[in-house]
Amino acid sequence: MDFALTEEQLMLQESIGGYLRSSCPLDAVRKATEAGTTHVPEIATELAQLGACGILIPEELGGVGMGFLEAALISEALGSVIAPVAFVASSVMAPIALLGAGSQDQKETWLPRVANGEVIIGVGISEHIGRRETDGIFADDNTLTGKAMFVLDGMDADTLLVADNDAQLYLVQASDVTRNKLKTIDRTRSVAEIIFDQSSAEILPGSVNNRKHLNDMVNAGRVMLAADTLGAAGTMLDLAIEYAKERRQFNRVIGSFQAVKHMCSEMAADLEPCRSLVWYAAHAIRAIPDEATLMACHAKAHLAETGRFVARKATEVHGGMGFTDLLGLHYWFKRIGFDRQLLGAPEVVREEAASAQGWI
Amino acid sequence: MDLAYSPEYEQYRMEVRQFLDTNKDQSPPPYGRGNGDGKARDWQKLLIENGYAARTIPKEYGGFGGEPDILKSHIIAEEFASAGVRPGHSGDNRLVPTVLELGTEDQKQWLVPPTVRGDMIWCQGYSEPGSGSDLASLSTRAIVDGDDFVINGQKIWTSGAQHADMIFCLVRTEPDAPKHQGISYLVFSMDTPGIEVRPLLTMTGEATFNEVFFTDVRVPKHQIIGNRGEGWFVANNTLKHEREGLGDPNQAENRFREIVDLMQRETMDSNRLIDNPTYRDRLLSLQGRMLAMKFNGMRVLTSQIKKEEPGLPRWIIKLQGCELNHQMAAMAIDSMGELGILYDDSPYLRDHGRWQQRYMMDLGLIIGGGTAQIQKNMIGERALGLPKEPKFEKPLN
Ligand SMILES: Cc1cc2nc3c(=O)[nH]c(=O)nc-3n(C[C@H](O)[C@H](O)[C@H](O)COP(=O)(O)OP(=O)(O)OC[C@H]3O[C@@H](n4cnc5c(N)ncnc54)[C@H](O)[C@@H]3O)c2cc1C
Repeated sequence: MDFALTEEQLMLQESIGGYLRSSCPLDAVRKATEAGTTHVPEIATELAQLGACGILIPEELGGVGMGFLEAALISEALGSVIAPVAFVASSVMAPIALLGAGSQDQKETWLPRVANGEVIIGVGISEHIGRRETDGIFADDNTLTGKAMFVLDGMDADTLLVADNDAQLYLVQASDVTRNKLKTIDRTRSVAEIIFDQSSAEILPGSVNNRKHLNDMVNAGRVMLAADTLGAAGTMLDLAIEYAKERRQFNRVIGSFQAVKHMCSEMAADLEPCRSLVWYAAHAIRAIPDEATLMACHAKAHLAETGRFVARKATEVHGGMGFTDLLGLHYWFKRIGFDRQLLGAPEVVREEAASAQGWI
Repeated sequence: MDLAYSPEYEQYRMEVRQFLDTNKDQSPPPYGRGNGDGKARDWQKLLIENGYAARTIPKEYGGFGGEPDILKSHIIAEEFASAGVRPGHSGDNRLVPTVLELGTEDQKQWLVPPTVRGDMIWCQGYSEPGSGSDLASLSTRAIVDGDDFVINGQKIWTSGAQHADMIFCLVRTEPDAPKHQGISYLVFSMDTPGIEVRPLLTMTGEATFNEVFFTDVRVPKHQIIGNRGEGWFVANNTLKHEREGLGDPNQAENRFREIVDLMQRETMDSNRLIDNPTYRDRLLSLQGRMLAMKFNGMRVLTSQIKKEEPGLPRWIIKLQGCELNHQMAAMAIDSMGELGILYDDSPYLRDHGRWQQRYMMDLGLIIGGGTAQIQKNMIGERALGLPKEPKFEKPLN
């Protein structure tokens, strides 16, 4: 029994985290997002070299062949610096689908290029969690027609991986569709509306009449978003503690006021167990498949709730500064808000957790 | 990360299971404490012989004498819980470790074996009417007279004092020293002349704690643990052991299962409670929190096995665990609605009124053993490094 990170995992965490802390400070995020960029090529290239883009992709296909816990550590690191770079869809969800349901040819065509950072694959499956503003996607004779909303990493993608109304998965070239950027609160990431009009599409053969691969993608995506929130909320808490130790009012540092101290303690007490929940959920995807869906749901929902609490309280600790653009805390606040709604808000995933246990 | 147990431990788990299968029938009922009947004592004896109670307490002090092995202790706790069998005890889990760590050889011989057997029951005399959270301000006095300390003063909230054989007690022996350095830790019999115990009813309607008055109580000088004036540090040792017991995640998981069972069993308008989406959503939120605490506990356990300091994950257990337990009891009561207010021996009472009891007892545990606010002070100051509050020269009003 060993519920801890291994030496290698700690090293990975340190190498990715160390790189991001030095190369992706808030100023860099601000500059990128003000220019409308949600995928900074230099960061992406470096991450690819560190193995992040091919984290789940086997070595023979150009990746580093690690597991979901490693992927979650990367996601956490990206969330903690609110990195404007594609990851969850392109490096986790799409590779799982391709590895599980793709043909040999599809794997060989796409996965090495995802791993080296050359290609980004956007993922459009939100209709299978909760359909809004669309009737979904209809397949007919190797073409797709319809609309996918909230396609993750959609504007930066070269290729799209989408599910039709029967949960079958397809690859579609970005040049064969119309896509519109959907501006969100979180300017560090891109989501798109994608319109298919008899767009040519290539089915992933393993997904024919088989929902499993879609479910696997959703589970993994949820754990990654939970990890992203863990990272973002962790930074907000650190910033709040730091500020509470420096800012003075009434001739004392504000961290010596219990009202402020207790906000910090409550944030820490709520957030710290979330780390273990994310680790467990990530580990379970492969090691304890019977629990994968349940734990992914709980990680997603519980991190969304805790993330919201931390985002709010950490802002309050900063007083008026917390509300300014100048300080930039809002970048983390918004990233946490984004993670909460995508791939199922807490109420939605908790209901799925109930089904997963046979309670309804 | 590797959640499997090695073959050695799997084997050990099988042994525990087999033991439980064979001997279960001899165990006393799973709830309740006290040493009263012979059945409980025989059970404890059997458990010690087999290494399932007092496992790491040396043989010469009445224990099993096993090497410390956190994982084995964990397996024992898990297996007893899932079999619904009353676990053994290590005597008083606050006092015994303290005596073993800081007591003299004579004290160990005198106190540990009967405590471990269940023949010597203890109460904790720390809190006073004027000294709760600010425990170090306590004013019960002990002065030296010949070979004895002579104690005068009062303790309060003393759980189990009415049934206890012995008390471990904090008294002020050096009134002129700074408050933390003037305290001593004494142990003495509750039959000593001059002790008066007055039970205090709690909100549950039972008297689980008491007021304890001392009038010229004479305690031989050698019944001190540690040196004079070092009682605060000895007491902190005890408190550390107590804090870890409160908020235990295994208990929270068992309790959660009971709520699920309740909500699948009970109905309103012929629908199961769990079919009500609002209740269900609340139940699932609690499950998420419970799981986070369970895995947090596994992380702490792993650190302890590796002899590393767990840090923040351990600091939060009392605060979060007690809060979670209280919220779970509240959930059970709310889902029962009117049935949830029935009490005592009312007809239609569910689960023997356990949820109503817990709902109140758990609030007591949020306060006892260091209040939630004090926990937040400790997390903030010790784990997060936030500054202490300024102290005042003179008392404020
Ligand atoms: C069920 C139960 C069993 C108990 N069993 C025992 C026992 O066996 N032996 C024993 O010695 N004691 C026992 N206690 C006593 C317990 O340890 C005290 O009740 C507890 O430490 C609080 O002290 P108090 O009751 O004097 O409250 P106070 O200290 O007066 O606290 C009142 C309020 O003020 C707040 N407060 C106080 N100081 C601060 C501060 N510095 N910062 C912020 N807020 C503060 C508290 O959080 C609380 O909300 C038990 C208590 C309970 C409820």
